[in-house]
Formats: sequence, structure tokens, C-alpha cells
Amino acid sequence: MNKFLLPLGIFIVLVAFLAIGLNLNPREVPSPLIGKPAPAFTLPQLHQPEATFAPKDLQGRVWLLNVWASWCVSCRQEHPILVDLAKRNIVPIYGLNYKDPREDALRWLKQFGDPYVLSIADVEGRVGIDYGVYGVPETYVIDKAGVIRFKQIGPVTQDVLEKTILPLIRELQK
Amino acid sequence: MIPELGHFALILALLVALVQGTLPLAGAARGSRAWIAVARPAAQAQFLLVAFAFGCLTWAFVSHDFSVAYVAQHSNSRLPLEYRLSGVWGGHEGSLLLWLFMLSGWTVAVALFSRHLPDAMVARVLGVLGLITVGFLAFILLTSNPFERLLPAAEDGRDLNPLLQDPGLIFHPPMLYMGYVGFSVAFAFAIAALLSGQLDAAWARWSRPWTTTAWAFLTLGIALGSWWAYYELGWGGWWFWDPVENASFLPWLVGTALIHSLAVTEKRGSFKNWTVLLAIAAFSLSLLGTFLVRSGVLTSVHAFATDPRRGIFILILLAIVVGASLFLFALRAPKVGLGGRFGLVSRESLLLMNNVLLVVATGSVLLGTLYPLFIDALGLGKLSVGPPYFNAVFVPLMVPLLILMAPGPLARWKHADMRPVLKQLVPAFVAALLLGVAVPLLYGGWRPLTALGVLLAAWIAGGTGVAIAGRLRGGLSGQPLHWWGMHLAHVGVAVFVVGVTMVSSYQEEKDVRMAPDDTVTVGGYTFRFIGVRKEMGPNYQAMVGELELSRDGKVLRTMKPEKRAYLTSAMPMTEAAIDTGLLRDVYVSLGEPIDERAWSVRVYYKPFVDWIWGGCLLMALGGIVAISDRRYRLKRRAAALQGATA
Amino acid sequence: MKPRHKRFALIGGGIAVLGIAAALVLNAFQSNLVFFFTPTQVAAGEAPIGKTFRIGGMVKEASLQRQPDGLTVRFIVTDTAKEFPVAYKGILPDLFREGKGVVAQGKLGEDGLFTASEVLAKHDENYMPPEAQHAVDQAGKAAKTVKQ
Repeated sequence: MNKFLLPLGIFIVLVAFLAIGLNLNPREVPSPLIGKPAPAFTLPQLHQPEATFAPKDLQGRVWLLNVWASWCVSCRQEHPILVDLAKRNIVPIYGLNYKDPREDALRWLKQFGDPYVLSIADVEGRVGIDYGVYGVPETYVIDKAGVIRFKQIGPVTQDVLEKTILPLIRELQK
Repeated sequence: MIPELGHFALILALLVALVQGTLPLAGAARGSRAWIAVARPAAQAQFLLVAFAFGCLTWAFVSHDFSVAYVAQHSNSRLPLEYRLSGVWGGHEGSLLLWLFMLSGWTVAVALFSRHLPDAMVARVLGVLGLITVGFLAFILLTSNPFERLLPAAEDGRDLNPLLQDPGLIFHPPMLYMGYVGFSVAFAFAIAALLSGQLDAAWARWSRPWTTTAWAFLTLGIALGSWWAYYELGWGGWWFWDPVENASFLPWLVGTALIHSLAVTEKRGSFKNWTVLLAIAAFSLSLLGTFLVRSGVLTSVHAFATDPRRGIFILILLAIVVGASLFLFALRAPKVGLGGRFGLVSRESLLLMNNVLLVVATGSVLLGTLYPLFIDALGLGKLSVGPPYFNAVFVPLMVPLLILMAPGPLARWKHADMRPVLKQLVPAFVAALLLGVAVPLLYGGWRPLTALGVLLAAWIAGGTGVAIAGRLRGGLSGQPLHWWGMHLAHVGVAVFVVGVTMVSSYQEEKDVRMAPDDTVTVGGYTFRFIGVRKEMGPNYQAMVGELELSRDGKVLRTMKPEKRAYLTSAMPMTEAAIDTGLLRDVYVSLGEPIDERAWSVRVYYKPFVDWIWGGCLLMALGGIVAISDRRYRLKRRAAALQGATA
Repeated sequence: MKPRHKRFALIGGGIAVLGIAAALVLNAFQSNLVFFFTPTQVAAGEAPIGKTFRIGGMVKEASLQRQPDGLTVRFIVTDTAKEFPVAYKGILPDLFREGKGVVAQGKLGEDGLFTASEVLAKHDENYMPPEAQHAVDQAGKAAKTVKQ
């Protein structure tokens, strides 16, 4: 045995641990809310602040809840995908506008397109807490019984949409 | 347009770096002069391209170009100019670009200031640096492009993290990276020596000034970071043994071992393998630090945004760079001779002890830093290793090191008789003993550890005094600068030890509820709470407290700690108010409002705390003085002649 | 002294340093490692009494109470499954908020109250300390398995 191989050996063990350590920090954390009813709330709508919205209004339908904000850069990344999805008329998308001044939010939608049936204004971020929002954007799939079936943390990608979200929605819509 | 130019410059730089990383190395191996000659111009071109890219990003910040995603995330139209400039490295992408900029800066410095080195050696060094550059450029271009567009542009930026909006943070990252990245030069010299098989004293002499420069910058960078944490985090601590701090401290410890071991290799030709291994280790730990900070595998108060893809990339880079160099080491090291012999008691053996202690200390810090990760990886639960672990392990290991610092510089090379050395040191010991007993008794009560700290600091300073006195007869002006540099750095350590000892022994801290006209006293200083009022800053709103500081009934000044709320990020920030003095700091920070009139307030009395950073400054200065020594330039010329004739 | 003896002496010295360091490390590990527990684990009695550990999760909404002295606070840490009361005397970090992630380090008393000596919250608005996140995730997983 070459004793000069010792540093290399130690280093290889170290790298192995670091590699395992990297995998321990998965970004997609299982949400405690999956399989539980979507928390109830009543909040004003973004476009018509006098009207309100509550999740129970959508009982009997499968819908997507997308948390977004005008200050969120990743939201722009996923936004074209949502706009495109809205055009396909597969599933209604509801937006939860998180901690955003109303004017900014409206301007943002005007600029990038509005894929939402309606947006809910959560200026204080209260509902965000109930839903365990880690960061914006996040997207929830909610079934006919009002139960959260899936949660996407971070932007929705085409890949996640086609391979996970859409098949799940087709299943739930049956 | 300008961001695209910057991006394009980075792509060109990658191409140039590929050339720089291959042709000169191949040329040196084959003895092709034409290929070897590529190294210097390639390094220069690469530097210009990276500098241009860096300039482009800076311009995007200065001109509020929110169509660049990175600028939109880290700047704001109300952000003052100085923080727009430092915002360039306020996030992940930009700090990597800074890393790269430093690397190309070091590379071009080697290209410019190595006229007297053999061309083949320079080609190898620049080639190795070129390969590292390729790795980092690929990392930036593939996973962390700072020039990515955000179209259409954001109305306004999200603002720079308020923690980073601070003068200390303008200089901390560049200094730290100068040091971190500077070890890449020592690394490249070591690899070049291994490749060429010429592992001799000349190599150590060439590598020494570069290593010392990098070490001095790293010292300054760490000190600035510590100073920043002290006044900006509002907790009054100066070192938290946080993983991110440890990430910069580990290369420093090994770098310190390296500059000492290089001295032996240069003077006596011994420790050659060991020195090479340390050079590899110092840079590897810099890379490991980058990995730990940028991948987010460890929990840290510094909480950088993280992305696992980036972590994987750096890990692969780390594995390739370090794995390949350790493999090369394993191949070449057995063929290296032992070098000059030395006695059991000699300057060499004392420096060997220095190295063993520093490396073991590095190991213990590394273990403590990575232990939570190991345990988590093995599925044994989640835990954290806090400051008590590091204090319990690190401090005892430093004690023998500090004791050796006085006799070390007095001992002779090759074979030393310690009796005259120790005899010389008797006055220093007596003085240290007296101070060690007197200071705690006079200052605020007997504590054995305080006495030990003061004694050690005085012992080191005394050792330096004895060394200087011993040379007085020889004429002080005759002493070379590197000798002065060493002693200056050692005195810096003594000053640092005084600071640490005094502040950890005699600091006072109080959390109190204060209504107007309430008073609180720490360390003989009395604070009277006057009130809190609202003020507007450029991009924040502040609650500014007013407290009157007095001592023995004499009013000294008014202190104004702030609680800021930044407009864009809504993030609260505590800005402490500090009255700095040579022998003590008094420190006050605002907590939160309790009712209409009262606030919770935290006050500290910190004796000698500024000596900590003063000591670091002296250490860094010592390094700078040492490398200004003429003999490096003279001997380099001589070495070049030697190399030419050999 | 013969070179061989010298070599032994040097190696012996090195091993002695390593041994001392190992002893220091083991000793420090024994007394200074701070384990992390979720509120569910603490409620189940897995956490030691009278020994320092960390508890993490989210600060329950509307659970923050300030005692009359203005400095002592009580709040509830939850991982959405179980809740646990925490007392702390001192100034809370800037980003301590109800509904946000938190990690408290301290000791559990016989009376079932966790007295924190240190409260950590992170320096980023949208950030949850990984340990706190871990606690919430664990509770989530447990809830799911119960359901199945």
C-alpha cells in the first residue's frame, strides 16, 4: 500500500458524504397538507375587491390554485406555461396573489396575460401561512371534495405539468 | 446590449481558458517552445475578457438595468450607488463572477510577475490555473449566468438583502475571495512542481510570496467578516463558529501551516511532500468552502439561497480538481527525496509541531462543521454542533502553538540547543507571569483562563522583544524585511489573544426594558433612554432610538441605535450603535417596542474587543511586509539563472 | 540520537497530539452536541429533560404572549401535528414572526415548559430554517401514514 494514497482515500470518503448530504436537501418537500382538505378562507378578489372568494365555492370541481406575486421572478418563468394551460381549457386556474400591492398585481397581469379565472388578493399573506407557503410560486391541485392532492413548490415546468399535474387532473376529473 | 456583451465575453473567456489550460501544459510536457509561449498572452486575454464581463455587470447595476434578472433580484432604484456597486457580488451569480474575476486577476499577476522563472514552470502554473478557470467559467455559464435577461424588464428591483447594505460588506467578499482564490496560485505551483518532478527549494521560493499574499488577504477578509457580524448582526458576538465562517477559517488554518512549512522547504529542502500536500489542501478547503456555502448542505445563519443543481456541479468540480491532484500526489510523492536532515530539537522540528497542531486543529474544526451532515447522511438524526464544541476542542489545541511561538523564531535551523534560547526568554517569561497575574486581579477578578490568555499574549510579545533585542547588536537596519514581517505577524497574534481573552472574560451584557429616563449601567457606563422617533432613509424607514451615554456622571455622547424596515423587502434590520475605544466598546441595540413608550434594549460592554481585529490587521500587515523583501526578487533571478544552467 | 529514534520521537509526538485532539473531540461531543427534536417527538417524551436540545417548527398564530416585565415571552411551536409551549427571556430576532419558522435552543423543565436560551429565525423573508421545515415535513408524513 502506498501511504501517499491516504489523502486521496480520505477525500473520497468526504466526497461520498457530501454527495449524500446534497440529496438530503430535496427541494420538493412533502407537504403536510397533501391528502387534507384545503384550508378554508374568504378573501376579496383582486379585480373586484367588493366580491369575495372561498374554496368551498368550487366544491365538485377539480381546480388549480397558483400562488403568485408581481415581485416574484420565478413566477414569470412559469407564467407562459399557465397562460398556455388556461387556453387549453382543461382545468380552471385560480390565482392567489400573495403579499402584493393591488396596482402592481393588476399591472403585472396586464403585461403578462391573465390565465386565472380569478385572482384572490392575500395582501397580508395570512392564507399563505395556512397553506404552508414556503416561497412563491407554489401550485396546488385540489380535487372535487376540496382535498389537496398535489403541491408544486417553485415554478411549474412543462415537464412537471405534462408528466405529473395533467395526468393527476385527468384521473381526478373522472 | 451590454449584458449580452458581458455574456459573450464570458463565452470567449471560456474558449481562451481552454487554450490556456491545455496547450502550455502539453507544451511543457513535450518541450515545445511555441506552445509554452501561448501561456502568458492567453492569461492576459482571459483576464481582459473576464474584467470586461465584470464591468458589464457593474454597469447593469449602476444604470438600474432591471431587464437583467440578477440586477432585478439584488438591486432597487432607491439603492445608493455604493451598494449598487457591492450588489454586484451580493448574490450567488455575482459572487461567482467575483470569484472568477479574482482568479483571472491572480493568473495575470503570475503571468506578469514571473519574468524570472523558467518558462516551462510558468507555463505549467498558468495551465493549471487555466483549467481551474475552465471549471468555474463552465459553472457560471451553465448554472449561474448573471446576465440572464428578464423580459419584459421588472418595474423595479427586489432590493439588495438589507444585511448586505453595509460598508463592511463592500470590502469583505473581495478581500475574502482574494485570499480564497489566491491559494489557487500556491496550488498551481504545487501541481506544476509535481508534474515536472522538480520538487525542490526553488519551487518553494517561487511559491512563497504568492502564498503569503493570499494568506494576508484571507486574514483581512475573515477579520472584516467578523467585524461586520459584530456590529451588523446586533448580537455583539464576533465569531459564531457558523459553517460559513468555518468555511473561510479552514483554508486560513491550513494556509498558516503552509506558509510555515514553505519556510522549511525553502531554507532546508525538507518537508517537500508535506508542503505540496498542504498547498493542495489549502485550495481544496477553499473549494470545499465554496461548495458548503453555495450548495446549502449545511444550515447557517448566513442563509444563502441555494440550488441543488449548483451543489452537484461544484461537488463534481471539487471531486475532479482535488481527486486528480491527490492522485498525482500519490504517484509522484514516493519519488521525492527527504531533503535536509534536522535534529530532534531544531527550528525544523518546532515548525513541524506548528504544522501538526494547525492541521489537527483544522481537522477538528472540519469535523465539527461536517458532523451534522455525517449524522444526517447516516440517518441518525438531526443535530447541531455549536460554539461550545469548537471552544472546547480548538482553544486547548492552540495553547501549545502559542507557547511555541516565543522560542520558535529564536531556535537555530538544523540543530538547536534550547538552553541558551530558554535562558534568553527568562525575562519574557517573568514579565508574562507578572502580567498574567496582575491583569486579571486589577481588572475585575481572578480567573485562571484569563491569566493564561494574558500570560500567553505577553509571552509571545516578549519573545519578539527578546528576538529584536538579540539582533540589536547586529544592527536592526540590517535585518531583512521578511524577518520584520514575521515578528509583526506574531505580535498581531499576541494582540489578538489579548482581545479574545479580555472580551470573553469581562464583557457584560444586559437585555432590559427601557422607558424614557430609565437608566441601565454596564461596565461602569450608564445609558439613559431618551426616546425613539421615526426617520426615513433612502430605501428604508427607521425607528431611531436615542440614548445618553455617561460615565461617573459625566455625559460622553448620544448613541442612536436603529431599527430599520426596508421598503421593498419589508425586512427588519437592527443597526447597533457602538462607541469604539482603544480599551473598550460600548454597544447598544434596539429590540422591539413593548408599549407606547418603552422598548426592549440590549446593551453591552466589550473590553478590548477591537484588539481582535487590530491583531488580524497586524498579522496581514506582517505578511505584506514579509513579501516586500528584496530577496524574493533577487533570489528569483538567481534561481532563474540556476534553472537556465541546470 | 539515531535517526530511527528521532523518527520514532517525531511520530510519537504527532500521535500524542492526535490522541489529545481525539480525546478533546470525544469529550466535547459528549457534552456539547445539540440534538434536534420536533414538537411531535417532544410531546411523545423522546426529548431529554434538563439537557440542552433544539426544538423547531412554526410559531403558532396568535400564540405570542409578552409577560408584564416586557422581556419574557411565551409562544407555541407547532409542526402542524403537535404543539409545544416555549418561554424565552430576551430580545427576539428581527425575523421572529407568528406563522413563520423558528428554532429554539434550550432545556425542558420538569413542568413541561421548554425554556429557551436562544431563539433562531432566519435572515430571509421567505426562508424557513431547514430544521423547522424538517419538523413540519415529519408531522406531514406521520399524518399521511395514519391516513393510509
